[in-house]
Amino acid sequence: MSLQFMITVTLNGLTLAALYFIVASGFSLIFGLMRTVNMAHGSLYMIGAYVGFSVFDSLYASNATAGYAWYVGLLAGVVAAAVAGVVIQVVFLGWMQGQELRQALVTIGLSIIIADQLLAHFGGNPFQFFAPDALFGPTPVPVIGRYSTFRLFQIGLALAVGVGLWLLLNKTRLGIMVRAGVDDRQMLAACGVNVPLISVATFALGAGLAGLGGVIGATAQPVALGVDVKFLLTSLVVVIVGGMGSIGGTAIGAILIGVAEQWGQALFPTYSVILTFAIMVAVLAVRPQGLLGRTGR
Amino acid sequence: MILMSRTQWAVTALALAILAVLPLLLPDFWLSGILGRSLIYGIVALSITFLASYGGFISLAQTMLAGIAGYTVAILAPTAIPAGQNAVSYWLAMPLAVLAATLAGAVVGLIAIRTRDIYLLMITLALAVGFSLFAQSNIDWFNGYEGIRNVVGPELFGQPFRAHAVFYYVALTVSALLYLMVLYVVRTPFGLVLQGIRDNPRRVSALGFDVAVHRIAAFAMAGFIAGCGGVLITFYNIGITPGSIGMTATVNVLVMSVIGGLGHPIGAFIGAVIFTLIDTFAATIYDRDRFNTLIGLVFLGIVVASPDGVLGLGKRLTGWRKQRDAGDGGTPH
Repeated sequence: MSLQFMITVTLNGLTLAALYFIVASGFSLIFGLMRTVNMAHGSLYMIGAYVGFSVFDSLYASNATAGYAWYVGLLAGVVAAAVAGVVIQVVFLGWMQGQELRQALVTIGLSIIIADQLLAHFGGNPFQFFAPDALFGPTPVPVIGRYSTFRLFQIGLALAVGVGLWLLLNKTRLGIMVRAGVDDRQMLAACGVNVPLISVATFALGAGLAGLGGVIGATAQPVALGVDVKFLLTSLVVVIVGGMGSIGGTAIGAILIGVAEQWGQALFPTYSVILTFAIMVAVLAVRPQGLLGRTGR
Repeated sequence: MILMSRTQWAVTALALAILAVLPLLLPDFWLSGILGRSLIYGIVALSITFLASYGGFISLAQTMLAGIAGYTVAILAPTAIPAGQNAVSYWLAMPLAVLAATLAGAVVGLIAIRTRDIYLLMITLALAVGFSLFAQSNIDWFNGYEGIRNVVGPELFGQPFRAHAVFYYVALTVSALLYLMVLYVVRTPFGLVLQGIRDNPRRVSALGFDVAVHRIAAFAMAGFIAGCGGVLITFYNIGITPGSIGMTATVNVLVMSVIGGLGHPIGAFIGAVIFTLIDTFAATIYDRDRFNTLIGLVFLGIVVASPDGVLGLGKRLTGWRKQRDAGDGGTPH
């Protein structure tokens, strides 16, 4: 096994981890504040990808707008997912706050409907975004020669999301309220904070991250039906491993799962899924709350 | 030991008697296409309902356990295409399949031993989807995406297993036995401890019972139930594919349990019948291609309006309430 091969596989793992982190951090954020396991998170990813693509596709067709089609598509995907998230939170989840299993069941029902409606409106054909010129093609990288620019951009974006979330949660007023809500919702409400509003904002942010992941993921690889299940599964495994509601834990979980998945596929393709679950089971055996998760509330 | 009150015995006996004479009245399509199918999927739903109702665990791994039994019987089946190298008689393959599901159930219980509620749901869902992805990517054992075909089941009384009447009576007998087994087990000391764990694990632990062992045993028993269903489902579908045990299948069985109601084991079969009817006749009430939207809406409506399913709805409508609120324990409330 050459050094070049090892670096390429690891880089592939890290770029995948970057995408996983973007998606799963939204999942984790929503879980952290509201204890809602959003089973429709994969559907929000799909909404981001599909809506983003339909906007991108119409702009890309004309030469005048092709240059910024991807950026507009990205924005549209994020906004669409965020709006869908707000609707889910306001119409369904907000008033059953605290009934965790019921919320999970409701979002399962929503995910069935959303997947079917997306199929009805957009058809089942796979599609893929074309990355904008600035991110298209390879970039020279030492040792391995060159590597996809867009995939490197993915890592940068994940870092930006991670830093942005950290700043938001630790340095802003909204972040302080979110963290207070994680610790004690009722006390926060008693302090005069509009907790339902904070919840909607958090849900929009988490859903928007899923939509962002949708557009990024659909640029790196073609999107087909069933991708919602894959990303729901990934989000679940990443936060189970990393620790529920912890952004740092999500990052560690995403890196572990992403790198393990790529190495597994490189070394023993037909058994690679087992490696992912071996990690999950091992973490559960030692730390049921996840690597950086806290016990209790 | 009293399993049911006298009225409940009478209702159960009457229902079984009606189900037993139905083959004389119903066309074959209804027999195996609706009732037989409802019964075999109802068995898998029963394993969810058993865990939820008496243990307070909502496990989404039950379709996976049915799939483990299905794949075991398919790999060992003498008629399977592609043929396995370890083909044995169906009469050996079936008990081995159920045994495999029982052991796998215990393993799921072991993996999830320290988790409850929503965490349990997440972990069992992850395991279930992971297993179907694994089956899909593995050629050596599971023949990848295509799965294993032509698993027709043994001959019974000189008739093929899938003959409508044979299949129906086998499904009915197995369902009835498993249903009565659940009702029996929950009255045994083991079942009582299980319900104690549902209500207050720490107190049960303080009384000197080993909570972990009881949990694992409950999951193993649920694995046994799901395994019986999995074998029958594999014969019904004449084979097994990764798609038939994936996320959609997992959610479908959950939908059955929840629509029927997680408060009592019979809810599993009620839910399965409702689900199968909607599935079969969606074309006539709504666009066939949009069946998933319809079932999603029904599921959503049930969860939003009546978290304890049709059973709970029925109870509320008739104003009849049992002493135990069906909403406590693991059922969504």
